[in-house]
Amino acid sequence: MEFVEQIVSHYNQWITIFLMVAGLYIVVARGNMVKKLVGLSLFQTSVYLLYLSPGKILGGTAPILEEGFEVYSNPLPHVLMLTAIVVGLATLAVGLALVVRINEAYGTIEEDEIFADGEDGK
Amino acid sequence: MMDQLPALQVVIPLLGALACALARHGGVAWFIATVVSWAMPVVAWLLLSQALSGGTISYSMGGWAPPWGIEYRVDALSGFVLLLVSIVGAVIMPYARRSVASEIEEKNRAWFYTMYLLCLCGLLGITITGDAFNAFVFLEVSSLSTYAMIAMGKDRRALLAAYQYLIMGTIGATFYVIGVGLLYSVTGTLNMVDLAQRIPEVESTRPVLAALAFIIVGVSLKLALFPLHVWLPNAYAYAPSTASAFLAATATKVAIYLMLRFLFTVFGVGITFDSLPITNIFLVLSLAAMFGASIVAIFQDNLKRMLAYSSVAQIGYITLGIALANHTGMTGGIVHLINHAMIKGGLFLLLGAVVFRIGSVKIDDLAGLGRKMPITMGAFVIAGLSMIGVPGTAGFISKWFLAVGAMEHGWWWIVFLLVASSILSVVYIGRVVEVVWFREPSEKVAEAKDVPLDMMVPALLLVAASVYFGVDTRLTADIAALAAEALLGGVR
Amino acid sequence: MKFDLILRIASKLLLPFILLFALYVQFHGDYGPGGGFQAGVIGAAMVILYAIIFGLEAAKRAVPPIVVETMIALGALLFAGVGVTSMLLGGEFLNYSVLAHEPAHGQHLGILLVELGVLITVAGTMVTFFYTFAGRGR
Repeated sequence: MEFVEQIVSHYNQWITIFLMVAGLYIVVARGNMVKKLVGLSLFQTSVYLLYLSPGKILGGTAPILEEGFEVYSNPLPHVLMLTAIVVGLATLAVGLALVVRINEAYGTIEEDEIFADGEDGK
Repeated sequence: MMDQLPALQVVIPLLGALACALARHGGVAWFIATVVSWAMPVVAWLLLSQALSGGTISYSMGGWAPPWGIEYRVDALSGFVLLLVSIVGAVIMPYARRSVASEIEEKNRAWFYTMYLLCLCGLLGITITGDAFNAFVFLEVSSLSTYAMIAMGKDRRALLAAYQYLIMGTIGATFYVIGVGLLYSVTGTLNMVDLAQRIPEVESTRPVLAALAFIIVGVSLKLALFPLHVWLPNAYAYAPSTASAFLAATATKVAIYLMLRFLFTVFGVGITFDSLPITNIFLVLSLAAMFGASIVAIFQDNLKRMLAYSSVAQIGYITLGIALANHTGMTGGIVHLINHAMIKGGLFLLLGAVVFRIGSVKIDDLAGLGRKMPITMGAFVIAGLSMIGVPGTAGFISKWFLAVGAMEHGWWWIVFLLVASSILSVVYIGRVVEVVWFREPSEKVAEAKDVPLDMMVPALLLVAASVYFGVDTRLTADIAALAAEALLGGVR
Repeated sequence: MKFDLILRIASKLLLPFILLFALYVQFHGDYGPGGGFQAGVIGAAMVILYAIIFGLEAAKRAVPPIVVETMIALGALLFAGVGVTSMLLGGEFLNYSVLAHEPAHGQHLGILLVELGVLITVAGTMVTFFYTFAGRGR
């Protein structure tokens, strides 16, 4: 029973871990380059949750000084994740741009078809 | 103005990159990039000499005192790496003009210099920052610009290489940021010095150990520790020559710096080496890199790929220094970090000169090239000897320190393995020498001649440095010894 | 989409309000949630909506690619420029307190200018993303 409670009370961590592992799995298991990038995005998204969920205080409000509020959530994780979101966005954009050009150069975005050519082998 | 130097180190390349983006003209952008990159070693030198004479420099970004704000810190080690990166960045620029003009189309040239300066900004930023999350941001600044630079390679495989690097690099950076996040949720701080003070209170709790593992794996991906190196050979082989030389000399070195920072300054020797078998893991992987990658290098037809695999092997030597974890071994690792940057930077620049003249680095196309491009190929041989570690060259110094460090542990077998892996590099460098000097010139190289002076001088400078630092070790080994002492001073 | 009257008129009516909302988010960022990132994206959404309804060519005539690409660098230059100004005034990089006679005013001015830089860069970046991806493979 204690074990179940522990799982339920840390549900945010479990969601984080699920997203993390699912994203990484997609990156490893899929051969389609766009799908890989989707997995990569999912993987990065899990990090946002990892930072944000411990920074939230139940009943706390946004960290803006205002009369009548005493409890604030930690603003720093939000700032950090704003940066991480921008980084993730930039990565996704560069990745998709590369995929577009790979498609133009090779006519496909399936990894196994590209590497089947031989000369492009690893 | 001296107080502002730590910020200038990062801000000047950033402003330069923006100016290049606004200029939109290849020639103008080259001029801006040259001026900016030549200013960097001056700043780095002033910082290093300040740090050596007056102790660690601390700079509060935005006036927010650490540990709340972002802190920039320069000590012996970071000042040393700053100087290395900025010197390499500056030396390559005169070379870049012709090389970039011949390999990249006009509309992309200004963007190339923008990316070059952004990458420089990111690498210097990782080195100078004392904030774990800020290091992640700079890591991504340098990585994203690197992907773009690699994708500008002529061959369509450059696109694939950039894509593969993007996937692996992002996974590595995300692992790193996961580790930092775990540390942050346990200690509530991101400042590296502050982290180092707070970690002992929560040492060997599970989040801290998980954070250590995540950070090590993440940064290992970035520094191409065997077997996480698969992105590196293609990325270096198909990138434009200027980018290959710059990245080979700096990118992995800065990642190694980050690794040293975390292993020794943040976590401290107590937790990294006593509670987890990190020394053993590093030892095995370093030896695997020294042999595995060297053997693969022997069978490469594309010389840039050969040098890339050799880079993986050489990184093995540096991590071997970390694994030895004694003063001499660490000194060897840090000295090799510098020496290898000079040697590999020089070798890649020379291959870039070959690409400039005959447009290929396939080994069969280069038969007899020594007679047509004697200075280029002569320098290649000298740099190659330095990489092998012939006495009197820089490569020998680092291997000597590593061997002595291993003997202090009583590990004689490592000394034999060091010699054995050097013999492997004799094989792959020797193969090039044989083809280039002892075969009849083929049709392909009939028209070739040595490259113009502005391309030759930067390459020769790096090659000369790789010999000079084998004779005069004051600048390299002495400062490396200082840095190693500071790192190991964290022994608890 | 060329002949879809309802969509064309409705979106034309919406465009100014989207821009207004972007500016509201931008300037409300001083007192509450909001700021350059959000405002930049909302502003870029206006151009993207215009491009979707009226066609990429029309959008490029209204907002030329050279302008948006310049915006990317200009916004970041404004951001860095604020930092350099604070350095010249004797503070650390991006220390807003030295920008005016009084630290509180300086902080206000600094964050305003920096957020303006963020707005310009983000809007430029988002529109550039759209232009480059939409312009490919035709």
